[in-house]
Amino acid sequence: MNSIILLTSFGILNLFVGFRKSNKLILPLVFLFLLIVLAVNFYDWGNTTTYFERMLTIDNYAVAFTGVVVLTTILLIPFAKRYVDEKNESLAEFFSILLFSLVGAIMMVAYENLIMLFVGIEILSISMYVLAGSDKKNLRSNEAGLKYFLMGSFATGILLFGIVLIYGATGAFQITEISAAATAGSGDALTSPLLAMGLLFTLIGISFKVSAAPFHFWTPDVYEGTPTLFTAFMSTVVKTAGFAGFYKLMSVSFAGAYDIWFPTLVAMTVITLGIGNIGAAAQNSFKRMMAYSSISHAGYLMIALLAFNDRSENAIFFYSLAYSVATIAAFGILKLVSDQRDDISYNAFNGLGRTNPLLAAVMTIAMCSLAGIPLTGGFFGKLFIFSAALEQNLLWLIIVAILMSMVGIYYYFRVVIAMYMREPSGERVVVGSSASFALIFMAILTIVMGVLPGLMSNLL
Amino acid sequence: MSNLTLYLLLWPALAGLLILFIKGQNAKRAALGAAIIEFVLALYAMVQYEPNAYRQFTFDHTWIENFGINFSIGMDGISLVLVFLTAFLIPLIILSSFPHSYKNPNVFYALILFMQTGLIGVFTSFDAFLFYFFWEVALIPIYFIAGVWGGERRIAITFKFFLYTIIGSLFMLVGFVYLYFQTPGTHTSDINAFYQLSLNTTDQSWIFWFLFIAFAIKMPVFPFHTWQPDTYTESPTQATMLLSGIMLKMGIYGVIRWLLPVVPQGVSQWDELVIVLAIIGIVYGAIIAIRQNDMKRLVAFSSISHVGLIAAGIFALNEHGMQGGIIQMLSHGINVVGLFFIIDIIQRRTNTREISGLGGITQTTPALSIFFLILLLGTVALPLTNGFVGEFLLLSGVYQYNNWMGAVAGLTIILGAVYMLRMFQGVMFGEQNAVTATFADLTGTEKAVLIPLVIMVFWIGLHPNTFLSLTEPSVGHILGIINR
Repeated sequence: MNSIILLTSFGILNLFVGFRKSNKLILPLVFLFLLIVLAVNFYDWGNTTTYFERMLTIDNYAVAFTGVVVLTTILLIPFAKRYVDEKNESLAEFFSILLFSLVGAIMMVAYENLIMLFVGIEILSISMYVLAGSDKKNLRSNEAGLKYFLMGSFATGILLFGIVLIYGATGAFQITEISAAATAGSGDALTSPLLAMGLLFTLIGISFKVSAAPFHFWTPDVYEGTPTLFTAFMSTVVKTAGFAGFYKLMSVSFAGAYDIWFPTLVAMTVITLGIGNIGAAAQNSFKRMMAYSSISHAGYLMIALLAFNDRSENAIFFYSLAYSVATIAAFGILKLVSDQRDDISYNAFNGLGRTNPLLAAVMTIAMCSLAGIPLTGGFFGKLFIFSAALEQNLLWLIIVAILMSMVGIYYYFRVVIAMYMREPSGERVVVGSSASFALIFMAILTIVMGVLPGLMSNLL
Repeated sequence: MSNLTLYLLLWPALAGLLILFIKGQNAKRAALGAAIIEFVLALYAMVQYEPNAYRQFTFDHTWIENFGINFSIGMDGISLVLVFLTAFLIPLIILSSFPHSYKNPNVFYALILFMQTGLIGVFTSFDAFLFYFFWEVALIPIYFIAGVWGGERRIAITFKFFLYTIIGSLFMLVGFVYLYFQTPGTHTSDINAFYQLSLNTTDQSWIFWFLFIAFAIKMPVFPFHTWQPDTYTESPTQATMLLSGIMLKMGIYGVIRWLLPVVPQGVSQWDELVIVLAIIGIVYGAIIAIRQNDMKRLVAFSSISHVGLIAAGIFALNEHGMQGGIIQMLSHGINVVGLFFIIDIIQRRTNTREISGLGGITQTTPALSIFFLILLLGTVALPLTNGFVGEFLLLSGVYQYNNWMGAVAGLTIILGAVYMLRMFQGVMFGEQNAVTATFADLTGTEKAVLIPLVIMVFWIGLHPNTFLSLTEPSVGHILGIINR
């Protein structure tokens, strides 16, 4: 709760700083704000408190995922330095929006009432619509903003419709009360078409936000057009918060209806894995590849959701942390490289191993983590998810996922090949010291998660 | 020194990290020093090892709490022999690179040492997930060594190798995760828990394939070998040596430790097929080797042939076959590294590896000729050399399994002599030509690489018991589990 209040007030404070047109102050200030929020957030660890007539619950689950999204945002800040150099006029607004959107993300992981889930998603989404179009003079960015807005608001409408139908069937917004009504054997709510439709619509709404197929069509275009910094935010924070909220909804409200949503979700998972990985393999633009890769990771996370046992929570947490860190590193490096080489294809990375050994090394670690190769956090993320699924006897699904991660190795390693085995395509990329520091930190975190996963695998 | 395995495991990685900071060609000397220290440690382990006890120098530590995954390493006889092989070959491989000056030497040598950690980890892990972890850790450095410092067509070829092996190992991972969930209680991935599983025959049957594919690709067994000749040919010599001398032993070791005792009934359903595939590999590899003109490719195909025999012997599931397989892993590692080094010497001086473009080298190079001949005779299994001991035991093992299969597998000796002697004849004898007329004999460094190899050729040939007595109780232990 403290983190929500702090983020909001820091966001407003930041806007006032923006009035003074002192851009140089903003990044360090936002960085400091977020560090404070991160520290204050963990102060709530171990206590479960409910707020506003049980609208929000801050428990370990909420604290852990808030930690992930705030940490992810912190790691993003160093890469925004170019905005300062370019004297971007709206810098303060962008970062205030970023802070506000985190409030939405926290509500998505801490909600206890479907209204709160909806409000959280809306806060996060509206912020993202603005940020997607924030490069005002760039046609692609405008396109991305508009596309995301039109499709996103439609999806939100469907989500709201779903929530209302659930309310119609069960008479409750409170997730625990829905659970009582939707558990098999407790009346006819479970068999009512209202609840089934409501569940389906909610599923569609959330799937859109986490870009699970077949509701993923916006992802490649929007990711490509959005300024890289905010693409990184979109593919990490939105996904982490989305999945944390998704899992909470399913595990608390619809655990009893597992048999009803399982077939739908399992079909979506297979399609998501397929479209994400095969789509990514076909790309020549690194940024579009990362968009499809983010679809594919939604697929892996959905496997943890389908496994639906006591390993799932930890698996989702570990996976989303490993995924977020690696993704921020990848997008951060893409931003540094593409800003100077003006190219977002694989070719932009040619010979980076020679011109910028640090960038290339961190990128390699990030790619290994995304591909799920040992020594990195991504490997244990996948291992935990697969173990959770295997305990539920979903062997065939794991085999599908493994086949797809083989495709994943192919496209992630294309950039590694470009960096180390091809001739440089440009000059040395200039990297600021704060960005280098953030990159080193992310590399170390990824390796630590890959060598000592026990530190974080049993938090929840 | 009770944590000897841990030191053996960590030292190369630590040394590798330090070498990253050494600029210029000094890195190679530092790497050599580090590898020699590792070899001394391995020798010390050989001396201290108590042959009749089971696993020794163990180190156990909880790795992932609540998952029953432990960092559990140690050495029994089989591990020890392979750790010895690794520690013996790596210094020679590093020394063999001295005449080359690779770009970014610090990274090159650090990667070799990182790979050594991965290899030693594979040979000493007694926990399934730890084994898998090191299995992949060993792959990453060699991919970069081959991909960055390799020949012209390296990018596509090493990528194929990388994808091929990693796909295999992902199947192994699924197999391990499945087995892990079959262990009783809160689940564990400890090897003994895997040995005590009593799965039904159907499960064993498909798990066999999940594990076997990973090992078969690594070895490689026919028809999983297609990555191998190209990768060996395009890689820099040191990577080829690492791949053929040590890395392919990972696959064979995996079969002995993680396949045969874990799913014995699965093995008994498929062993006939595997032996047939292995024997096809023996004959196929040999016949293609006879047709090769490029020496490196010739040795690559001969490697398929020799590994086929090792696989066949091990799947015969008797003591001769398995002991022979282990001693032959050692011999093959030594011989193949020696042969690749000699090819490297010839290529460096003449800029060609084509047999047809060479000839008459003996006339100017007495020393090279003798070393070449000894290693070559070791490969074709002449009595008194190391190859004889291994192939004899292996053929005896296959023969006990099935007379006819033993007879066909025996072709390896004849065909091996054909392609090896043909190569020797073409390269070393005959008329000198423009490129070979001024061929210089071995330098001091080159001799320093070849002398230890040749000593080992004779040592194993004359007194194989040094190693056989180390592995005998461990092999008995594993066979005991298989035949339970």
